[in-house]
Amino acid sequence: MTDQKPLLSVRDIKVYFNLDEGTVKSVDGVSFDAYEGQVLGIVGESGCGKSVTMKSILRIVEPPGKIMEGQVLLSKRDHPDEYLDLTSMNEKGKEIRAVRGGEIALIPQEPMAAFSPVHTIGNQIIEAIMLHCDVNKKEAREICIQSLKSVGMSMPEKRVDSYSWQLSGGLRQRAIIAMAIAGNPRLLIADEPTTAIDVTTQAQILKLLKDLQRERGMSILFITHDLGVIAQMAQYVVVMYLGRVMEKGPVDSIFHDPKHPYTQALLRSIPSAQKTTKIKLPTISGSIPHPFNKPKGCPFHPRCAYAIKGKCNVNLPSEYIVGDQQYVSCFRYEKSEVNIR
Amino acid sequence: MSDITLNPKNIPAERLLHVSHLKKYFPITSGIFKKHVGDIKAVDDLNLYINEGETLGLVGESGCGKTTAARCILRAYEPTEGEILFRNKKQEYVDLAHMSDKDLRPLRTEMQMIFQDPFGSLNPRMNIFDIVSEPMLVNGIRNRKEREERVVDLLKKVGLRPEYMVRYPHSFSGGQRQRIGIARALALQPRLVVADEPVSALDVSVQAQVLNLLMELMEDMGLTYLFVAHDLSVVRHICDRVTVMYVGKIVETAPTEELYYNPRHPYTEALMAAVPIADPRLQQDRKGLPGEVPSPAKPPSGCYFHPRCSYCEDRCKTEVPELREISPNHWTACHRAEVLSLEGLKT
Ligand SMILES: Nc1ncnc2c1ncn2[C@@H]1O[C@H](COP(=O)(O)OP(=O)(O)OP(=O)(O)O)[C@@H](O)[C@H]1O
Ligand SMILES: Nc1ncnc2c1ncn2[C@@H]1O[C@H](COP(=O)(O)OP(=O)(O)O)[C@@H](O)[C@H]1O
Ligand code: SF4
Ligand code: SF4
Ligand SMILES: [Mg+2]
Ligand SMILES: [Mg+2]
Repeated sequence: MTDQKPLLSVRDIKVYFNLDEGTVKSVDGVSFDAYEGQVLGIVGESGCGKSVTMKSILRIVEPPGKIMEGQVLLSKRDHPDEYLDLTSMNEKGKEIRAVRGGEIALIPQEPMAAFSPVHTIGNQIIEAIMLHCDVNKKEAREICIQSLKSVGMSMPEKRVDSYSWQLSGGLRQRAIIAMAIAGNPRLLIADEPTTAIDVTTQAQILKLLKDLQRERGMSILFITHDLGVIAQMAQYVVVMYLGRVMEKGPVDSIFHDPKHPYTQALLRSIPSAQKTTKIKLPTISGSIPHPFNKPKGCPFHPRCAYAIKGKCNVNLPSEYIVGDQQYVSCFRYEKSEVNIR
Repeated sequence: MSDITLNPKNIPAERLLHVSHLKKYFPITSGIFKKHVGDIKAVDDLNLYINEGETLGLVGESGCGKTTAARCILRAYEPTEGEILFRNKKQEYVDLAHMSDKDLRPLRTEMQMIFQDPFGSLNPRMNIFDIVSEPMLVNGIRNRKEREERVVDLLKKVGLRPEYMVRYPHSFSGGQRQRIGIARALALQPRLVVADEPVSALDVSVQAQVLNLLMELMEDMGLTYLFVAHDLSVVRHICDRVTVMYVGKIVETAPTEELYYNPRHPYTEALMAAVPIADPRLQQDRKGLPGEVPSPAKPPSGCYFHPRCSYCEDRCKTEVPELREISPNHWTACHRAEVLSLEGLKT
């Protein structure tokens, strides 16, 4: 994997919201690479900046939010060694519109927002197909029906003419996925795609996403706060806290050999990590700071058991390599062997 | 032994609550004359019991009737049918299901609810003192000094600083708001606490703090919990016994470890297989259940689970299976429980 070039490279991206009360630094220097055919998971607690990161990639950050710094590089379909910088595009322009849906498609966090209630799901999917493929309406309808079929919808010829509100939660989620893959994207961003649905339906949708990913060799950027879902879905995991990446690495290293104090504490605090039940769960002291009052230095320092006074509360740690493809932002690893080398 | 129905005479002494054949139907009406055209069978023949000092977990997918059942038990709803026997302070069993509001009044202090949504459940215009002390005022504790002392005590118990009394809900985080909700529920020293998804809306790191608090309070105050949740790992951690609901009915009840590792109902088996485990080395093979949860307005015939059950036989399509005790303390509502060998949680 190391010699392979990334499909998408997010580099030191910063997204700030200037509000009357102050500036919310929602995403404050996030970097990661997504490779072809991989499921990359982004995990973190509510408000840590997962959705805003995703929106900055697609250039759909709503005002007053603004990308302050950083690059989002997407490899070209025909020349994988060449990259487009999505941050330099006009967010309403033709170029980025071709990327959205055609190269990178989105399954949004709010399932009801994906479809308009006044048009049939078929017409909306057909419109999306015609935007990205050079086909006429009749051909687009055919692709749409195929697409509905490939997401496991029974009677696609009939369902194509239904409205989103006529579908159950599980079927609606399938229709959203059908719309997302209809333009044959290389990267699918799924923002909490199963948070609003039941566990047995969630299992079906997760399986569907995995199957589609394998069949199409597509990459998936999978966003969730659920550690169980991430363990089962992702090959590579990015752990975020207060707008920054704390740790990233292969899924097995993150769950079995986490290095960052936040990742370690987070994993210890889930009930399924305990051998005995009914015992007190290890907790992370304090609470997530308000976005206007982000701590100086390492964002985790007020809650960190290892914080080094005069250092962690003053300076921002950079990323240190601690294992194969595993990186942490923590001063504890500043002097680890691999980094001195 | 095969029916869970009891009368006040043969109730085992340790029971605090004993619910049998509880039903709650919401009528579906149509037209300007509000003609009754059907029912949403939100709770449809529910049977469960809770012993004093224990925590019973109630699990199931959204819409299966957990909240409706909880609200019936606390008599926030009037049940359509059934019996809710509760042992009051005088150690007598009373049937809450058919009691008048007046008779319920003194009992209300003994049963309290903790809600799922820490944001919506607190009045934003009341400060913390008013929120926590309101139940005391309603129940006739007029002396402000006494109320203040008790609020200070309660806030300390739930891990909040007493100085916070004068603040309003908006200045607290989700976890802190949930603590305020817990303090309010405990204001009148209840014996039964119904917690409806108390940690579902909280982040992982905050969830652990609130779970610890609930476990501590149970020890300190000798509480009995009905713990409603859909997160099976949370339920496993704090519950003594667990009961599983599907489309308004209980399908299985057993001691926690027994239910998780030796399920005797196909739906429980499917639920265990569907829950994503936070360990990538335990890759789950997802055969998965086909279809979706049916609507309680139009439940299937026979066993409500039959259209999705891979063990379904002809009789399942017509005969409703009764909840029966298949081994001591293990109840299941499946015709084929004896002959099936089901898989539990993987370790
Ligand atoms: N339109 C906006 N205006 C102001 N602040 C915003 C806006 N959108 C997001 N934020 C802030 O940016 C931060 C990150 O938000 P984001 O939606 O990315 O969180 P998230 O990680 O997706 O959380 P969740 O798990 O709850 O979806 C939060 O502090 C949020 O309040
Ligand atoms: N007040 C009500 N009127 C009509 N239907 C209701 C009402 N409350 C709940 N329901 C319906 O009853 C069923 C069970 O709901 P609920 O008890 O809230 O489930 P759960 O808490 O398990 O998610 C659902 O189909 C729901 O839509
Ligand atoms: S940099 Fe310091 S405060 Fe931050 S996680 Fe590492 S040890 Fe803790
Ligand atoms: S009664 Fe029949 S359909 Fe119902 S769970 Fe048992 S085997 Fe399946
Ligand atoms: Mg989000
Ligand atoms: Mg509910």
